[in-house]
Amino acid sequence: MKEAGLRLILQSAVLAMAIAAGAHAQERMAPRSSFEAKLEYCKTCHGLEGQGYYGWFPMPRLAGQQPQYMENQLRAFIERRRTNPIMQNVAHALSPSMVSALAERFRALNPRPLGGPRGSTALGKRIYDEGLPESNVPACSACHGTDAKGQNEIPRLAGQLYAYTVGQLTNWGKVRGQGTAVDTSAIMAPTAHNMTRSQVEAVAAYVSHLQ
Amino acid sequence: MKRIGWKAAILALVASTLCARAGDWESGPVRNCTWCHGASGQGYTVAPRLAGQRPQYIETQLQSFHARFRDNPFSRQYMWGAVASLDPRTARDLALYFATIPPKPANDGNRNLFHQGRTIYLEGIPEANIVSCYACHGPNAEGVRDIPRLGGLAYFYLKARLEQWGRGYHSTAGSPMPLVARPLGPDEIEALASYLSFVK
Repeated sequence: MKEAGLRLILQSAVLAMAIAAGAHAQERMAPRSSFEAKLEYCKTCHGLEGQGYYGWFPMPRLAGQQPQYMENQLRAFIERRRTNPIMQNVAHALSPSMVSALAERFRALNPRPLGGPRGSTALGKRIYDEGLPESNVPACSACHGTDAKGQNEIPRLAGQLYAYTVGQLTNWGKVRGQGTAVDTSAIMAPTAHNMTRSQVEAVAAYVSHLQ
Repeated sequence: MKRIGWKAAILALVASTLCARAGDWESGPVRNCTWCHGASGQGYTVAPRLAGQRPQYIETQLQSFHARFRDNPFSRQYMWGAVASLDPRTARDLALYFATIPPKPANDGNRNLFHQGRTIYLEGIPEANIVSCYACHGPNAEGVRDIPRLGGLAYFYLKARLEQWGRGYHSTAGSPMPLVARPLGPDEIEALASYLSFVK
């Protein structure tokens, strides 16, 4: 009787351990499509909800981004029309169908913006809505929309990382429009060039808070 | 002869007293750390180097130990108890103190994997969904804000951490490291841990 009881306990224990080990193994090697794995790969740097992330570089918000803009940027990285040592390698490993699918997924996300400095948002809003006529800077809202959500190939700016926006606008000529092929973002080159640093910072601060 | 001997003895006594006085801060909270983490925080066996680490990172880890969120086996065994009565002010002071000590690289990885590790560090492996470490940790693994310096940490420590994230252990809430480490295979971990142990 005692032996039977002991055997039962031992067998139950082994069974329990096997189930636990199986469950743990499942956690580690959860089956995932290659698309889901690629999506997770993007989110590792760009934020688990696509909200962006401040690493060594500011990695921009992708959530709610215009799909056509995202596809254009990924193509620009591959063709070296846009300079970025990390994204050039990333973009190379993406097939065109994957690019479209990823862009659609990110468009649907809508996390809260990370936000940025608050001091110059009023000035930033004025520049965003009215432009700087004396400097030949058109109103951002004219193309990017009054809600800064963009359209077609014109990117969403709402909720974009402050440091990322500042970096792009102040370095536009160095990172964008490289090479000889025509870039649809060519209008931004003189626009960014005509803004002073503090004007750039004001606009970047303003859009960083927009939902 | 005797008089010279007395003078030497008095000199030695005074000198040793002075040394003890200078080490007042060292006799307090810092000693509680250096017992395990090495005389100048350069690390010792399983306890990682604290010298030259980003102060914000040290602080968030201390908070994470206190909250019992960082749960890898050695943290659970040693660090949970070590910080149980550590107040935030002292934690911040300790973090700032260790951050200012010049770090010494461990140099204990596999030299043959240096270049492979460096390539993975800088570029990741996009085809395998392995992200570039450089994007967050910087070109020389120096870290920034609460993202740690990896350069020169011990091979065994880096290898253990990368494996642990892949097995589901936590560091801080919102850390991307579990996602980062999941696609890493054993060869990639070996290469990265080796490369980083040599980075100054």
